[in-house]
Amino acid sequence: MKKTAAITCTILVSMLLGACGTNPSRSNNGNATVQQATVNPVTIDGIDDGSQIDPDSIAGKAPKERVIFFDFNKSEIRPEYLDIITQHGRYLAQNPTGRARLEGHTDERGTREYNIALGEARAKTIARMLQLQGVSSAQTRAVSYGEELPVDEAHNESAWSKNRRVNIIYEVEVQN
Amino acid sequence: MGNRKQFHFISKVTCSLFAVLCLWVVAVSNVHAVIEIEITQGGESAIPIAIVPFGWNQAGQPPEDIAGIISADLQRSGTFSPLNREDLIGSPVSGDIPRYGNWRLAGAEFLLIGSVGKSGSNYSVEFQLFDVSQQRLLTGFNFKVTDQTLRNAAHQIADEVFEEVLGIRGAFNTQIAFVSVEGEARQKSYKLQLADADGQNPQAMLTSPRPILSPSWAPDGVRIAYVSFENRNQSAIYVQDRQRGSRKKVISKAGINGAPSWSPDGKRLAVTLSFEGNPDIYVLNVDGGQTRRITTSPAIDTEAVWADDQTLIFTSDRSGGPQLYEVSASGGRAERITFEGNYNASATVSSDGMNIAFVHGSEIGYQIGALDRESGLFQTLTDGTLDESPSFAPNGQMIIYATEKGGRGTLGAVSLDGSVVQSLSLDTGGVREPAWSPFTN
Repeated sequence: MKKTAAITCTILVSMLLGACGTNPSRSNNGNATVQQATVNPVTIDGIDDGSQIDPDSIAGKAPKERVIFFDFNKSEIRPEYLDIITQHGRYLAQNPTGRARLEGHTDERGTREYNIALGEARAKTIARMLQLQGVSSAQTRAVSYGEELPVDEAHNESAWSKNRRVNIIYEVEVQN
Repeated sequence: MGNRKQFHFISKVTCSLFAVLCLWVVAVSNVHAVIEIEITQGGESAIPIAIVPFGWNQAGQPPEDIAGIISADLQRSGTFSPLNREDLIGSPVSGDIPRYGNWRLAGAEFLLIGSVGKSGSNYSVEFQLFDVSQQRLLTGFNFKVTDQTLRNAAHQIADEVFEEVLGIRGAFNTQIAFVSVEGEARQKSYKLQLADADGQNPQAMLTSPRPILSPSWAPDGVRIAYVSFENRNQSAIYVQDRQRGSRKKVISKAGINGAPSWSPDGKRLAVTLSFEGNPDIYVLNVDGGQTRRITTSPAIDTEAVWADDQTLIFTSDRSGGPQLYEVSASGGRAERITFEGNYNASATVSSDGMNIAFVHGSEIGYQIGALDRESGLFQTLTDGTLDESPSFAPNGQMIIYATEKGGRGTLGAVSLDGSVVQSLSLDTGGVREPAWSPFTN
């Protein structure tokens, strides 16, 4: 009997609290915090950055092999690419008006921003080697895209080995 | 809006870990994209709660199933286990006195009831939360909302339940930013998108034909910093106001312009720049003025985040592989803070500064790891092979991250103890680089 009374009492208190639950201050608080998350969109289009131009048409007589591949997490040049880089160095040194963009890329493993840094390290390693052959620093520009622009989007070693690369892209045509 | 929801409860298992709890698919007609959220692993001791469909003062169905949204939120957190609708033993609405004994027999520890009323173009949403065993009302109040903010009201009720029962602020009424990529090579469309924390209502704040990277929320929840490669030769860091649709190029120097991170006071950005030789951490004032160099090592220093207004945590490979370091935001000596394995990068710090989550690489791939700053305890939270970009919820309870599933980028979320895992994917392309918003109210 006592227990029933206690429960009845609880219910009554609950009802009273229930009335309090919709008190204006709480209600105002609720109203104030329901916000609509508005978005005003921005669209970037009509970029004319020269990416439509066929790089081969500009490269002229520049060495034909223009992709240097790297080992995982490394920015050191593999021995088999030394000769190719030397050919580019000789070509650019003999053609001081020639300009090349060195695009550094990585595979998808590891964090995106660290890969941006790794891609830059790869591009800069090649830039330094070219400079050792007398290419001026104004002739090359290192740009890193990290893992953002893979040539093969598969998630396996075969794709990764193709994506760890520096593309040597000639930007100014030379006559020689 | 054409929402369609499906709940598949496998069974009312109470065993410690259970796989594939529920799956709901919601079509969002205005963006032609389907976002799918799947809970792949549930919590160990989820609290049973009865969430009764809300009353409705009009004919037909209400525009949103408020109880369903609250249920999904609490379910997804892993800490609550809402009763199946067919197991609800009554349908009380706001103002009704619960039959506590019956609800206790149905297995509910808590009971949530409510009503939705319409007057003109406005709605009022009212709810009451009861403790079934103590037989008392815990909290309850009402919201005046529009059809645009009905879902927000539901998320906010879920927040109230979470806080009332657990004593921890809920983060259901928050948002996530992420980058989506659609289209084939050379025809790609990159979008910086904002969506509600449940993946609903995705809206592109930026669309670009070239890569977008590293979104970071300002503490005001209105401005977002990011990296754009819209200029092929030169990356740039932008700050965009999501509401006004205005954006400002903050910095674009030769070399890397990367990894922006907003300071807790909203005045500064930590960034990575390489114009002085190799990637180092810099701090700049968002409204212009001095750019201050923080690190000077010849190694890669990047991915700085703020542990507090005076302290940065960043990735550096000065000791060989990438590890996390801590440094004063005014410069000085950096202290190494991760020692587990040889790849720890891309930190996110809980708002109380007690926990750090980051990408932990090992011979089995890349997972999200977490470090308890006080005890020094390290734990691997996920089991993917390409998990990255972790970002703490503003209440520090969950971490959202990028993962890979079926060859496509998806988002995952995991609780700080690793016991709850959920995934979120977009049917039209890959999603990545999630960033959880701050509390916006």
